[in-house]
Amino acid sequence: MLEIKDLHACINGKEILKGINLTVNAGEIHALMGQNGAGKSTLSNVLVGNPAYEVTHGSVTFNGKDLLAMKPEERAHEGLFLSFQQPVEIPGVSMVNFMRAAVNAKRKYKGLEPMGAGDFLKMMREKRKIVELDSKLANRSVNEGFSGGEKKRNEIFQMAMLEPTLSILDETDSGLDVDALRIVAEGFNKLRTPETSALVITHYQRLLDYLKPDVVHVLMDGRIVKTGGPDLAVEIEKRGFDWIKAEAEAD
Amino acid sequence: MKSEQQYIDLFTANRSLIDRGGAEIMNACREKALADFARQGFPSQKVERYKYTDVNAAFAPDYGVNLSRLEFAVNPYEAFRCDVPNLSTSLYFVVNDTFWEKSLPTATLPEGVAVCSLRQAAEAFPAQVAECYARLARTEKDSINALNTMLVQDGLFVYVPKGVAVERTIQIVNLLRADVDLMVNRRVLVVLEDGAQARLLFCDHAMDDRDFLTTQVVEVFAGENSNLELYELEETHVKNRRFSNMYVDLQRGSAVSLYNFTLHNGLTRNRTDVTLSGEGAEVGLYGGVIADKEQRVDNNTLIDHRAGHCTSRQLYKYVMDGRSVGAFAGRVLVRHGAQHTVSEERNANLCATSEARMYAQPMLEIYADDVKCSHGSTVGQLNEQALFYMQQRGISREEAQMLLKFAFAGEVIDAIVLEALRDRLRHLVEKRFRGELSRCSGCGLCK
Repeated sequence: MLEIKDLHACINGKEILKGINLTVNAGEIHALMGQNGAGKSTLSNVLVGNPAYEVTHGSVTFNGKDLLAMKPEERAHEGLFLSFQQPVEIPGVSMVNFMRAAVNAKRKYKGLEPMGAGDFLKMMREKRKIVELDSKLANRSVNEGFSGGEKKRNEIFQMAMLEPTLSILDETDSGLDVDALRIVAEGFNKLRTPETSALVITHYQRLLDYLKPDVVHVLMDGRIVKTGGPDLAVEIEKRGFDWIKAEAEAD
Repeated sequence: MKSEQQYIDLFTANRSLIDRGGAEIMNACREKALADFARQGFPSQKVERYKYTDVNAAFAPDYGVNLSRLEFAVNPYEAFRCDVPNLSTSLYFVVNDTFWEKSLPTATLPEGVAVCSLRQAAEAFPAQVAECYARLARTEKDSINALNTMLVQDGLFVYVPKGVAVERTIQIVNLLRADVDLMVNRRVLVVLEDGAQARLLFCDHAMDDRDFLTTQVVEVFAGENSNLELYELEETHVKNRRFSNMYVDLQRGSAVSLYNFTLHNGLTRNRTDVTLSGEGAEVGLYGGVIADKEQRVDNNTLIDHRAGHCTSRQLYKYVMDGRSVGAFAGRVLVRHGAQHTVSEERNANLCATSEARMYAQPMLEIYADDVKCSHGSTVGQLNEQALFYMQQRGISREEAQMLLKFAFAGEVIDAIVLEALRDRLRHLVEKRFRGELSRCSGCGLCK
């Protein structure tokens, strides 16, 4: 599904990613762990096409297509979704209008007619339940005045609406209390199918307990230095990253 | 004296013709207006209140002036379909400066209420017109007023007698119609007596692909405890130059809300001077501007708090695209003794391109010591993070920009009290942002 080969990227002239190789197959959940500044968020931003980042080398194919050649919105239409670490507040744009624009843009891309107002609102209602999002929130401006937890739930709600095939969760667990974390994680799990994959960026084991990743990678200084099974995350929770750093340096 | 001379010559050469087309009270004011105009000339851009509009350049070309009052072939009902769904109005037309007499829905107006030609009103309502005409729009200090007073022959009169409430919205469509480049001088007098209530909707359209220059002077008298909502909506074209001076006087306990939307234009200069003369009066000024190409919009306001316990609110929002130039200068003056004044002034502007320009100048002068006043202005760009966030959800950059601009303008549209008009304006603004309102939606040209 996703194949990253020797990816280098920089921001403001500073190289952050220094040769990432990663393959995610359909149905798999990959966790991406690492210390602050390792390049985790850069990788997610590069994948979704944030113009602030520049790819200097390497390739990314997504379902056989050249992902890097696509505009951000085309990547979204192809099934890529990013749950933002810091969801953006957009005053004056209601959640309903925002989601309607997004859903219909994708439908247009797929050659489908825009969704009727009735069907759309019904869909909003159903998907909202997945993350227990208040109906009042859905009528407000995008993320405006939402609490940290509500913003993250809103991200998963949008994911439910857009039905991506590959979701990137960028520290979706940060700033969440235990109940909100459970709601978000369970919401995410409800949306899983054998065809959907995810790349989960996190510092903590807590979220992974719910999501049960197939593969765990450790990112250090712009490279993946260690890859393992779910046990690796448990070990990192116990021992931190220093032993991996030592191993990597020994190599 | 460059562009001024042609107007002085025009006046001198055609004085009797001008008088024949005007009312007696108008004719009586012309000499003084001429003297005031000749003395002042057009303001240069060094004059503070005209800093952002080149008046000389706008008045320099040679326009035709319909002083002999020839009738232009037009059927406004045919040409104009500014239907505001769910809003039934008492609809009137003013073609250039002439009130369209051919179909008058007077039956829908309550008894005693008048909506008619100003020239005729001078005969039918001599006392009211004599008392109000040129009382607020002084010619000594503003040469647009002086020029308009010199040349004006007709316009509109709206009169609501004491205690009468006009339920139905009075809609006036100002149509610019000509086969040659034309200068129009229009005069509007709105008189609400004590306790009267009305809602006026002015829609400005240009029907012909000609250069138009309009001077419009509007004088509004709001009697004690009267209530007025006045909406102005300009949807003209890039060859239109509009100079509108509006003067509003509020007596004790009256409430006036003024809305001005420039959706499409060429050059627009709106001066709005409000005097809060009586205690407890309330005024709201709401302005929305959408400009692109080389369009220019200059809103200049003065709110004069002369009496205590009055409230004024101003909200002006501009969305500037292309190489447009916008200006907002709003001065609030709280005079000595105007205690317990509450005044808010806010102006927020969005420059969507690096070529668009905005000049913002909120001003507050306070000579009383127990007041609550605020003023502020912002100029910003579209939020890149928000654009990217929307793109990540599959919304194209163009659509995302549109949504952000619409959201920005939405705040001032939401200030509209009349729901049907609010919905209509949302629709028009959205069309405008989508580029579907490249000329104007109501006129015959774009159907």
